Amino acid sequence: MAEVNYFLNEEQQMIVELTKQLAQEKIIPVRARLDEQEEFPWDLVKDFAQADLFGLFIPEEYGGLGGGCFEMCLALEQLAYGCVGVTTTYAASALGGYPILLFGSDEQKRRYLPDIAAGKKLAAFGLTESTAGSDAAAIQTTAVEEGDYWVLNGSKQWITSGGEAEIYTIIAMTDRHKGPRGASAFIVEKGDPGFSFGKKEKKMGIRASSTTELFFDNCKIPKERLLGRRGMGFIIAMRTLDQARPGIGAMGVGLAQAAMDEAILFARQRIQFGQPVIAFQAIQHMLADMATEIEAARALVYAIARTIDTGIKDMAKLSAMAKLFATDMAMKVTTDAVQVMGGHGYMSDYPVEKMMRDAKILQIYEGTNQIQRNVIGQALNKEYAKKA
Amino acid sequence: MNIVVCIKQVPDTATVRFDQEKGTIVREGVQSIINPPDLHALEAGLSLRDQFGGKVIVLTMGPPQAENALRDALSLGADEAVLLSDRAFAAADTLATTYTLLKAIQKIGLPDLILCGTHAIDGDTAQVGPGLAARLGWPSITHVAGIEAKEDGTKLLLKRLIEQGYEMVEAELPVLITCHKTLNTPRVPSLKAKMRAKKAQIPIWDQEELGAEPEKIGIPGSPTWVDSTFVPAFEAKKEMLQGGPEEQVDALIKRLKESGIL
Repeated sequence: MAEVNYFLNEEQQMIVELTKQLAQEKIIPVRARLDEQEEFPWDLVKDFAQADLFGLFIPEEYGGLGGGCFEMCLALEQLAYGCVGVTTTYAASALGGYPILLFGSDEQKRRYLPDIAAGKKLAAFGLTESTAGSDAAAIQTTAVEEGDYWVLNGSKQWITSGGEAEIYTIIAMTDRHKGPRGASAFIVEKGDPGFSFGKKEKKMGIRASSTTELFFDNCKIPKERLLGRRGMGFIIAMRTLDQARPGIGAMGVGLAQAAMDEAILFARQRIQFGQPVIAFQAIQHMLADMATEIEAARALVYAIARTIDTGIKDMAKLSAMAKLFATDMAMKVTTDAVQVMGGHGYMSDYPVEKMMRDAKILQIYEGTNQIQRNVIGQALNKEYAKKA
Repeated sequence: MNIVVCIKQVPDTATVRFDQEKGTIVREGVQSIINPPDLHALEAGLSLRDQFGGKVIVLTMGPPQAENALRDALSLGADEAVLLSDRAFAAADTLATTYTLLKAIQKIGLPDLILCGTHAIDGDTAQVGPGLAARLGWPSITHVAGIEAKEDGTKLLLKRLIEQGYEMVEAELPVLITCHKTLNTPRVPSLKAKMRAKKAQIPIWDQEELGAEPEKIGIPGSPTWVDSTFVPAFEAKKEMLQGGPEEQVDALIKRLKESGIL
């Protein structure tokens, strides 16, 4: 049966081939254990590093492969087919690395990007706080200039790879009275004085990834750790998220594909009333919707990622669409996969219950899907105001 | 440390089907892979190279499409690859194969270490590694499940699997080792190596290029050949034991005693 042709070039085909192999040979055999034991996947991080994956989005001059948003999406889709928890660790390092890539000085890029590209150090991104999630402008962490240093105080919440990563991009207020223009971005390294980690959170899904609080108690960092200019913190955060969000959509596509594959495999074998349950129209229609919606999401994510790679400036709306559609789809498809498999699907002997738990986070992190709708809605309002 | 790893391209036995009448493998539509034990030999070679420097050269004899196996090996990080391919090499048994490999290794220049898999999953002879060592006049250490380099890599401490357990063997280089699947976990390819492998020029050496004597290669050089292959017939009888659990157990024990198993 024909598959949709997305016209991948040779390099992109190689990325798919390699990440597929990683998912099959390395991730799938251990995913249930990592989930059950909430174990950080250091062995897999080493495999990803060996495979050059951490450098996928980093330019060649900094030791990477010079791929774009699309190449990242291809990799994330295949890795998420194996495990969204493991893939979150990989994606988080890119999320922490993007601000340095997009806004760092040449010196900052030279200092940090080669280690991130080689997978020697994981990166992380710290924006969220206990009272500032969707309302990012409400952040309380402050950074005060003192001589040749910045001194950070406050805390961050639910930071992916907290404690495991070495390089953190942190958004902190430098001029509170300026509102959103009063935030700045900083690079904080594990081991900086006054920088510590809270307990590892217990989560519904993506349990292989580490999520912790970050504490800054008079955390003193050299002046040159400021990313971009003072006051650019929100622009840096928003641009970083715009760049990364299609990747979350791609993870939704990979996860949904995995759930559907499991459901079909099961439905072809499970005999009820003397026939495999896939012979029943009720099941067939569910599977048909799943397959169609997965392909629609994949086509949207790919098209938007490729558009972003052409170098467009205002990508917020498109990026939000890719994330919104593909992750809502993933939640629906994984839920239906459990339904198709019935009692078996609900048991942890089968992988779909984990997939359903993992799917939920995709609708929440890197901006809830409600926030994505806000972004799209506001963009539409602006676009049509110009036309009027 | 310069290392030659000998690999073989084999049909993927996980997907292979058999022609029950002819007793042969149905080759159409079956994927070819690197012989799985050879992947462990390659991994051993790559990690020794990573530790001590030098290079890993992968060598295979086979039809032109065996080049794909060599590209896979380059994707995993091998430095160079050589394909030995000539119609005259075809249908070689292990004697002719080891001669051909010997000529190639002499042409490459003698390495410090030669690594092979324990056996190929298609022919299953496990003779090529030791045979090649014999031709070189080198020691061969087979079924190796552990390698520890000592004294800057001039000596290797090897864990060799034997029927009742294992023995530790110390070997000075040069040596030929056949690697067991429990030796290590093969790495995944890297994107950069994969891209290099795609573009790599792989030299193809034929009989003339090797200066191999025609009567020692292929069919003329093979004193053994496959006469016929067949699927052995198993005669199994089934008997249902009757009665309650106790009677069944008694009957079973009786049968096992009668047949000499107990």
